[in-house]
Amino acid sequence: MNPTLADFGHDNGWIVALKVVGVFVFLVVMTLFTIWYERKVVARMQVRPGPNRHGPFGLLQSLADGLKLAFKEDIMPLKADRVVFFLAPVISTVCAFTAFAIIPFGPFVSIFGQKTPLQLTDIPVAVLLVLACSGLGIYGIVLSGWASGSTYPLLGGLRSSAQMISYEVAMGLSIVAVFMMAGTMSTSEIVNAQAKGGQGELFGFEFTYPGWYVLLLLPSFVIYAISAVGETNRAPFDLPEAESELVGGFHTEYSSLKFALFFLAEYINMVTVSALATTLFLGGWRAPWPITQLGPWVNQGWWPLLWFTIKLLILLFVFVWLRGTLPRLRYDQFMRFGWKVLIPASLIWILALAGFKTMNNENLPGWQRGLWIGGFAVILLAILLWPRKRPAPKLPLEEEVAQRPEGSFPLPPIDLQVPVSPRAKRITADREPVQ
Amino acid sequence: MTAEVTVATGTGGLGTDMVLNIGPQHPSTHGVLRLRLKLDGERVISAEPIIGYMHRGAEKLFEVRDYRQILVLTNRHDWLSAFSNELGAALAVERLMGIEVPERAVWLRTALAELNRVLNHLMFLGSYPLEIGAITPVFYAFRERETLQAVMEEISGGRMHYMFNRVGGLKEEAPAGWTSRARDAIGLVEKRLPDLDRLIRRNDIFMARTVGVGVLTAAQAAAYGASGPVARASGLDFDLRRDEPYLAYGSLKVPVVVRTAGDCHSRFEVLLDQVYVSLELARQCLDRVDQIKGPVNVRLPKVVKAPEGHTYAWTENPLGINGYYLVSRGEKTPWRLKLRTASFANVQALSTLLPGCLVPDLIAILGSMFFVVGDVDK
Amino acid sequence: MSLSAYVPIVWLLALAAAFGLFSVGIAPFVGPRRFNRAKLEAYECGIEPTPQPIGGGRFPVKFYLTAMLFIIFDIEIIFLYPWAVSFDMLGVFGFFEMVIFIITVAIAYAYVWRRGGLEWD
Repeated sequence: MNPTLADFGHDNGWIVALKVVGVFVFLVVMTLFTIWYERKVVARMQVRPGPNRHGPFGLLQSLADGLKLAFKEDIMPLKADRVVFFLAPVISTVCAFTAFAIIPFGPFVSIFGQKTPLQLTDIPVAVLLVLACSGLGIYGIVLSGWASGSTYPLLGGLRSSAQMISYEVAMGLSIVAVFMMAGTMSTSEIVNAQAKGGQGELFGFEFTYPGWYVLLLLPSFVIYAISAVGETNRAPFDLPEAESELVGGFHTEYSSLKFALFFLAEYINMVTVSALATTLFLGGWRAPWPITQLGPWVNQGWWPLLWFTIKLLILLFVFVWLRGTLPRLRYDQFMRFGWKVLIPASLIWILALAGFKTMNNENLPGWQRGLWIGGFAVILLAILLWPRKRPAPKLPLEEEVAQRPEGSFPLPPIDLQVPVSPRAKRITADREPVQ
Repeated sequence: MTAEVTVATGTGGLGTDMVLNIGPQHPSTHGVLRLRLKLDGERVISAEPIIGYMHRGAEKLFEVRDYRQILVLTNRHDWLSAFSNELGAALAVERLMGIEVPERAVWLRTALAELNRVLNHLMFLGSYPLEIGAITPVFYAFRERETLQAVMEEISGGRMHYMFNRVGGLKEEAPAGWTSRARDAIGLVEKRLPDLDRLIRRNDIFMARTVGVGVLTAAQAAAYGASGPVARASGLDFDLRRDEPYLAYGSLKVPVVVRTAGDCHSRFEVLLDQVYVSLELARQCLDRVDQIKGPVNVRLPKVVKAPEGHTYAWTENPLGINGYYLVSRGEKTPWRLKLRTASFANVQALSTLLPGCLVPDLIAILGSMFFVVGDVDK
Repeated sequence: MSLSAYVPIVWLLALAAAFGLFSVGIAPFVGPRRFNRAKLEAYECGIEPTPQPIGGGRFPVKFYLTAMLFIIFDIEIIFLYPWAVSFDMLGVFGFFEMVIFIITVAIAYAYVWRRGGLEWD
């Protein structure tokens, strides 16, 4: 028996309290772990050992860093806007935590004799809550950049706001396909909808393939994954925090625990988008195929928490992998990619999927299907191959000078020859550019 | 002129100029270079490099040190190519004094100069991708640097400021078996360098960030006196090792790595290809060192005095042409020792390269001009 | 449909807010306080900051344009979601309705693209 939307909202007060604390602790521990995990993985990619001093395998490194941050001086620039400067990290943190409320960790479990789903809560618009929280989280970043009263944070804050809202559009569009297939926005129902796989045969070897949307809706997953990286400001889209350009980006002026909160929020966001990807595309807490052969118990009780965490860690590994491999994109390239590639691609994909589903639902005869698909392909090709307007040829310098109005500032002749000394002449002759 | 017109009518250009200082303490200025930028949004309208934060008065200090002591100072202005810097000063003094350097020392010097070049280039090959945002190549570059530095450390005792040159040769003979160990290290680096090469050179994002960005034409490069990899990437086929050979370069065939595009990517490529070339040159030199017997320095009088006169010695340093103009009045200290550094000329070109580019491009260009602030400020 | 399913979200939000405010509030008391004039100034790479108007003066208009485009597309998404959820019930009618809607937005999108609204500089 799997939890559905109707099973939520019936918990006792103390079960709710327990779950709230549970989610909170899970996120904080995940953050501490993810920081260590990232540093360790990226270190192995860079032929070095990574943190290994504090605790076994350096596992307590991030805890030590967090404690150290607490005992650092709290600095605020004189020109900062006091209230906003204090509130900005809180806004970021609150939004990051809240988004996790609807992530399903598993099916029904029994907590002190109470049967309850392993999920804080579920609502009919669950996925919207995540989008809303990430949208509000942008306020934390913009306001921190603005309130710092300094140039680098301001530029960083503006950049990240523009970046995050751009990629939020692409992210929002990419999950439309999931709603179309599942027919719901509730996360627990989406996980249920992915439970039913199909039977396949390969080289006489029968296997069950999962009904995961990553297989059925691959384009959506790709768009989601790319925009998730953009949305969380991670490499190669980590422009707001590009150290080499804007020093620290929006949190340049932050220190002590306020900085720690931003850090926490960033990592929680990373965990959240990975958890959402797991839920929407990777079958949620359900075990993958070879494990399901072991028996029905793998998808019952507390076990799914393990599968969920493993899937989460694999996705987080991809985040770290990207960071270890890729340089940073330039801002305009990145915005162009979001607006000119991801968004139209999602729209076209949604239309194609909707058309296909409609044809299936209506049971159209074969020739009509062919007609529709052909028509769609023709329109798509026409859009893709539409001739571009050539930019007007740039005028040569001479003509541009000739076009200047009467009485303009006199210019020295373009072919002005400055007599050179004989020695310089010899050197220039030596240094003729190779053709 | 055209650029100015475009900027004035550009997006949001109605008085939204923002003045931004990059540096003196900024992660991507390799020290304390300061750039005063006028920004329109993310676009640079004007850029003015402000230098001198690291001025140590090296030229003035030369005048109160004797000829043996000035080598310590010369090796410090460009801390990434210490050996080549010492070399230039030693060559100037030797030329003025008419000292004949033993052949073994000449070949050993050439080998060490090439190894130093590789060390310098590896540093930039690591730090440049880092500025573009790729955090991994720097560790691969440093792994190779570490291998070569062990070799340098073994012969000179230093890892950065080798202080291995002396007027008239080298400090001392190389340890027994050093040349073969150095050859092993070179072989190891040559074997592993493709890791770095494959990681970054053809990376799509790296190409998108660097190809066609910050184009320095050959004429501009010549006009600003840019030299070394920066100038050769612009198509200025000029390399002192081939065109005006010093040390043993005359009897070596020095392949000069040249690109014509003049953009950031070609500057990076010149650097990368030059590493291969230099490793090969160093190996050839080491082979010759093994065949030559003899001393590595000459006996100097107790007080080294250059005769009255003046001379100019220039060398192809890793970053470009490094010149020492030495004027002596027959005393034991130089009357004047003028320093011509490569970084100084390369940084000058920034003021033409930067206007009109975006802030992230600025970082890409800044990193690709390959300068050391100490070398700029002296 | 009762609203009781929403209550845990509020509790999580409250816990997170309490945690955030506590951290921000306690930071000045836990950490050391050593006064230095330089600490009060905005960071500008180690030199005296260039005077800036409060809030950094005017931003490039490009950021506002992006925000407006975002609103347009966000509204499109808001319309798409309910349609997607009840897609199977709407049938052919729903499909063509949405095609027309998306085409309408696409025309605006093509216009913005053509006029260079999507170019960054």
